Amino acid sequence: MMNIQRLLGLASESTNVSRRSFLKLTAAGTAGLTLGVTFSSSSAIAQATADAMEFNAFVSISPDNTVKVLIKHLEMGQGVYTGLATCIAEELDAAWSQVVCEHAPANTEKYANLLMGQQGTGGSTAIANSFMQMRQAGAAAKAMLVSAAAAQWSVPASEISVRDGVVSHGSRSATFGELAVAASQQPAPDVNALVLKTPAEFRLIGRDDTLRKDTGKHNGTAIYTQDVKLPGMLTAVVAHSPRFGGKVRSFDATEALARKGVVNVFQIDTGVVVVANDYWSATKGRELLKVEWDDSAAETRSTNTILQQYRELVDTEGAVAASEGNAASTLSAAGEVEELVFEFPYLAHAQMEPMNCVAKVDGNSAEMWYGCQSATGDQAAIAQLLGTGIENVKINTVFAGGGFGRRANPASDYVLESVRIAQQVPGVPVKLVWSREDDMQGGYYRPAYAHKLTAALGSDGKPTAIQIRVAGQSIMAGTSMAAMMMVNGIDITSVEGLSDLSYEIPERQVELHSPTNGVPVQWWRSVGHTHTAFSKEVFIDALARKAGADPVQYRLDLLQNNPRETAVLKLAAEKAEWGTKVLPAGWGRGVAVHTSFGSTVAEIVDVSVTGNTFKVERVVAVIDCGIAVNPNVVRAQVESAIAYGLSAALADEVTLTDGNVDQTNFHTYRVLRMDAMPEVETHIIASTNPPSGVGEPGTPPIAPAVANALAAITGQTLTRLPLKLA
Amino acid sequence: MAYQLTINGQTHEVDVEGDMPLLWVVRDHLNFTGTKFGCGVAQCGACTMQVDGVATRTCVLTVANAVGRNITTIEGLQSPQSRAVQAAWVQLQVPQCGYCQSGQVMSATALLEQNAEPTDAEIEAAMSGNICRCGTYSRIKAGIHMAAAQLKNTGGAA
Repeated sequence: MMNIQRLLGLASESTNVSRRSFLKLTAAGTAGLTLGVTFSSSSAIAQATADAMEFNAFVSISPDNTVKVLIKHLEMGQGVYTGLATCIAEELDAAWSQVVCEHAPANTEKYANLLMGQQGTGGSTAIANSFMQMRQAGAAAKAMLVSAAAAQWSVPASEISVRDGVVSHGSRSATFGELAVAASQQPAPDVNALVLKTPAEFRLIGRDDTLRKDTGKHNGTAIYTQDVKLPGMLTAVVAHSPRFGGKVRSFDATEALARKGVVNVFQIDTGVVVVANDYWSATKGRELLKVEWDDSAAETRSTNTILQQYRELVDTEGAVAASEGNAASTLSAAGEVEELVFEFPYLAHAQMEPMNCVAKVDGNSAEMWYGCQSATGDQAAIAQLLGTGIENVKINTVFAGGGFGRRANPASDYVLESVRIAQQVPGVPVKLVWSREDDMQGGYYRPAYAHKLTAALGSDGKPTAIQIRVAGQSIMAGTSMAAMMMVNGIDITSVEGLSDLSYEIPERQVELHSPTNGVPVQWWRSVGHTHTAFSKEVFIDALARKAGADPVQYRLDLLQNNPRETAVLKLAAEKAEWGTKVLPAGWGRGVAVHTSFGSTVAEIVDVSVTGNTFKVERVVAVIDCGIAVNPNVVRAQVESAIAYGLSAALADEVTLTDGNVDQTNFHTYRVLRMDAMPEVETHIIASTNPPSGVGEPGTPPIAPAVANALAAITGQTLTRLPLKLA
Repeated sequence: MAYQLTINGQTHEVDVEGDMPLLWVVRDHLNFTGTKFGCGVAQCGACTMQVDGVATRTCVLTVANAVGRNITTIEGLQSPQSRAVQAAWVQLQVPQCGYCQSGQVMSATALLEQNAEPTDAEIEAAMSGNICRCGTYSRIKAGIHMAAAQLKNTGGAA
């Protein structure tokens, strides 16, 4: 079960499983050409002498000495350009300044995520799955440069050295650019024979001062989907049903068509489309549309009703997701019991660039331009829609203005919407643009959940048995991934972090209810851990308080067989001066630790409380993510993950009234702004283990750490997100 | 209707409806795409340009009201403050996804043009209209302090 999770890269696993998976991956990497690195023959290349010489699927070198690296993952801010290029440049011994990055095209055979088995970005796997593959691609290209130099200089290859983009032998030297043409015609080396560097030999990996490769973001020159310009391009907006599942009954486009700039109005399965010469004209045209909606199949309930159902569900037995001993009987016989019920709202991703996609359909072929996160899935979905093969679907990937999970949609929702629109204007590129309101009200939210945690306590105040019940929609059910991610009806991602509870509790039972409703749901930065870490860490803190124990020591006592969480928690306590630092009056301090996506993060939070308002002042974070390929990017991701999770802890919440989404834009969905951002201090555990996740693992601990800090100073145990003091 | 706009020191003539926001005139008709669309209701700051030297949300400023004003987009930044801000952004590796950063740079530049040495509180007051979902706020704040210090050390040159 865990290996399937890992393959898909969408869910976490225990530390031990993670290590095993990595060993397996590493073994596969060294065992042979199972990496999708299809080293090209030089025949096709020889003709293009003026252009970049292709060494393999990932590395090209130009006579002008530029090393171009193709990045198989989507750069959406997580730093994947920099991380993957670092691994290649390390083994290639290129100078960092000569390396440029470009998104790879959609091509599953060449560019699959090795942990997913398909081309896609997610589950914090970008570096983890590429670490060996990128290094081998760099080493292979270097071997070809060395072979070419050896031939030119008539010296043994073994006597040649390479450093900072220069190949040398004695007094002779040549740049990569000078050798590019000859080197690209060398036979591709045997990957098995490549000797990679030991961590002690790394010159780029682990360095803190290399600049990111996703450049142009400080001066407006970086290109996102929103910026794509093509000759003759039109812009489309769609009037969607206000309620999920509503359909168009009828529409009148008379006035919309009269608006200057509007080119066409037509219906597709997701709504009524207005195509115009520019975005503003399309939007004004949409305002003039008259649409009658058929709500007969629409979701018309309110979130209050839905959550009431969930609260009732956690009082009943669910499907068993994990079981050890007989927790139920121990609980019913227990003298001392603690019980808390938790509630989590729907959450929008609210990435800064609202969903958008450019498509051009010509007959049965399509060309796409967008921040493509699921190349294999999107390409297949488009091909199926057009009744063609994937070879007729070309995807050009550009930077994404944030994603946080939203752009990897199992139904390829916004992508197929853009293709359906483009089908109506053949041969013309059309940019589909969602407004902020379309985006925020468009669903595919982090699901709402209720949890109930009940523990029996021993005479020492430690839990002897725990029962955990989770109720909420499955994000996998009904998707193409359900077959792999659901076992006996259990969506692994609904209970991850609880079903593999890190705390040692002799008897435990985890049960799941997966009710269905009409609200579309999807993963959101750190997936199930967004809610499971909260209930787990707030509950364990409540148990510690009940026992009169120190929250850090209480956790350490229950983590004696988990050296990794123990080490991370201890370092966080040391760095934050836990138990020794004197806080200002009115301040409280809380802790949380959680493992997700193969990495462990502990966060210690200081809050200041005034009346029933509070501010998060400072966060000390410690992460163990194996080798930190680029420590500065790792720290940036931890800062980012904390900000993203803190936003949800403080205010984010999507609510429905009679099926209508109440929030429309940033004045009603109140995301974190600078004035609420705490000081963040991040420490990285020194490690020679293979890299594990970085983009997501910083998110789960922040909300419970804040709640625990508030409990410490106010005595209030907050079990509902967003957090509100009484 | 035809409108004449002064953008980055150049005169541009556009033929659009008068209710079109300056953001969309600049992006869709003049093809300067550095300024971003984030919310359309002056809540996120991604569309920030300088209008007569003031950081302005151009998703709600109509083209009719932009006539006769001195408009600067991210593409037209030239002041020492803007150069110091951009250099600090690179040095501190501020951007992540980067989509909000044009707006952040415009707001930070306008702040330093008005206030050579802003305090943390003044930075928060000036910058809290610019949302960053990647949460680069700490680095933005540090970047503004770094730019201010650099300008001070060089007597206002960047």
